[in-house]
Amino acid sequence: MKKILTAFAAVALAATGVIAPASAEGERYVLVSHAPDSDSWWNTIKNGIALAGEQVGVEVEYRNPPTGDIADMARIIEQAAASNPDGIITTLADFDVLSGPIRAAVDQGIDVIIMNTGTPEQAREVGALMYVGQPEYDAGLAAGMRAKGEGVTNFLCVNHAIQQPTVGERCRGYAEGLGIELGDSMMDSGTDPSEIKNKVLAYLTAHPEVDGILTLGPVSADPTIAALKQNGMAGTLHFGTFDLGTEIVNAIKDGTIKWGIDQQPFLQAYLPVIVLANYDRYGVLPGNNINSGPGFVTADGLTKVEEFAGEYR
Amino acid sequence: MNDTAQAPANDERVKEISSFRKALIRPELGGIIGTIAVFTVFLLVAHDSGMFNSQGVMNWSIVSAQFAVIAVGACLLMIAGEFDLSVGSMIGFASMIIAIFVVSLEWPVWLAILVTFAVCITIGAINGYVVVKTGLPSFIVTLAFLFILRGFSIYLPQAIERKTTIGGIKAFAEDDWLAPVFGGKVLKGFFQWMGDVGIIGTFQNGSRAGQPLVDGIPMLIVWAVALIIFGHVLLTKTKFGNWIFAAGGDAQAARYVGVPVNRVKVLMFMFTAFCATVFATCQVMEFGSADAGRGLLKEFEAIIAVVIGGALLTGGYGSVLGAALGALIFGVVQQGLFFAGVENSLFRVFLGVILLFAVILNTYIRRIITGER
Repeated sequence: MKKILTAFAAVALAATGVIAPASAEGERYVLVSHAPDSDSWWNTIKNGIALAGEQVGVEVEYRNPPTGDIADMARIIEQAAASNPDGIITTLADFDVLSGPIRAAVDQGIDVIIMNTGTPEQAREVGALMYVGQPEYDAGLAAGMRAKGEGVTNFLCVNHAIQQPTVGERCRGYAEGLGIELGDSMMDSGTDPSEIKNKVLAYLTAHPEVDGILTLGPVSADPTIAALKQNGMAGTLHFGTFDLGTEIVNAIKDGTIKWGIDQQPFLQAYLPVIVLANYDRYGVLPGNNINSGPGFVTADGLTKVEEFAGEYR
Repeated sequence: MNDTAQAPANDERVKEISSFRKALIRPELGGIIGTIAVFTVFLLVAHDSGMFNSQGVMNWSIVSAQFAVIAVGACLLMIAGEFDLSVGSMIGFASMIIAIFVVSLEWPVWLAILVTFAVCITIGAINGYVVVKTGLPSFIVTLAFLFILRGFSIYLPQAIERKTTIGGIKAFAEDDWLAPVFGGKVLKGFFQWMGDVGIIGTFQNGSRAGQPLVDGIPMLIVWAVALIIFGHVLLTKTKFGNWIFAAGGDAQAARYVGVPVNRVKVLMFMFTAFCATVFATCQVMEFGSADAGRGLLKEFEAIIAVVIGGALLTGGYGSVLGAALGALIFGVVQQGLFFAGVENSLFRVFLGVILLFAVILNTYIRRIITGER
């Protein structure tokens, strides 16, 4: 018994070593995302707030629900509000679930900026200062219109975040831009890379008429690249993707991917911190929402992207 | 058993145990020690972070209550010797069919809730029936249902509404008589009073200025407490409780002495499904939407809470109070790490360490109780 208690005490001590209570100096901002731990895309966000925090001398924290469950995310926002930070930067992944906790935080006197997911209208409705991000449907629409011009008539949309409705809007916008029905073209791929790869291979075998692929981020793009390289369709099939990452950049370079749509997540994390800090310090605030994207990244002008892919790009 | 209690007072076959030791050595002991340890640590490192103000307390209480609701069901089922891995998917499925009934089919909310309970408890019964009839491990059978139910909760809304999140339930639930039983709050007047006299903070501005930051106890917490009391009484004070222990301890021996083992197990599967549906209904009524991703991995969180609380994975041993303490520890740690400013990604490390320690501690305590070596 004694041994176990000693061990317990040891853990408690070890814990206090790791746990550093939030320091009192400098403003404190919490960024809450809806992304599960497995989504590597959010590294850029983490780096973005860290850099901004360093540059303006504020404390920043990143929080997310480990499994990506939006109901858990609502608890995290409530929790962030309870810890009374100077500002909360959050995604608005599901308006029904998150609007209550966000509005409560605003009423409590905490400044809120909506980033990444959500719409400017929703941001206004919950009382946030502004929205920083890329309107999803419009970005999909732009991608679809571009793909139509490049000759796509029949497509597959690989959706790795089926539980997250706003991401699916990209597929809908893409279909609209092509001027065809979405139908069964949106695939629920799951998030396991080998599963995604095999699903894509199977789909392309079963649907030889498909001449365009849209992936919604590195999670679905990386395995899809591998799939196309395996079945020899790399370079012949029109392949566009949302977001960037190391694999995607390489694929753009070797011609597997035609273009990547960069919503510039760095700005979505970096700018809110800067905006909040200046608002808290000097009371200045930009008069509008900030669109961080979309921007099409093609094989030309990849150097900067390549240098910072997965880090700041 | 009680008939033999009239044996002579100092029977040499009965070992003397001091009343102190008797009071101390119980299945929940590990949970009690863990709870004290966890609160001590967080009081030391996070006392000024907002964790122990009204909002902070409410925050980890709700999360703990969520765990407790599913842990009670999982605990009784585990004591009866079975697992249910479909709990998380059941939560997603239950919330999805409530949403479909209400939003797509425009049923009254009370009817949707009652039918959902009926459907889910039936699925629980099927789970149990397949397990007892085939003799397959419940691990495999309920794993199958984990996929089946998750699949349906993604497919159904896509087929019906062409999306994976169905929202707008709040508008339908407004004047319903049954919805507040899951999504309402109680003791609102008391909290308003506490806000007025300054015991808890109030909103400073906005449309809710003057209202307390915490405006009542959510029904989820009431459900959790009610289920814990129900489970504890059922397990320790009734004949059926003894049957649960017997069914999990040694099913064959239990059958020989006339315990309806199969019925007990099927009923416990149904009860687990009931608990999952309570969780789902509370969540849907609070947030007003259902999503295909709800409840992901909740089955493991339930099992973890139960194991921290001292139950034996192989059945026949455990306590509902222990499981409730396990849920409390789990909730406080999960939310407390944030208040303490720990890097988010370390959460799982702490969870693993706590789980390991809880199991070691509990094994030690159980050996003292049962005398096994």
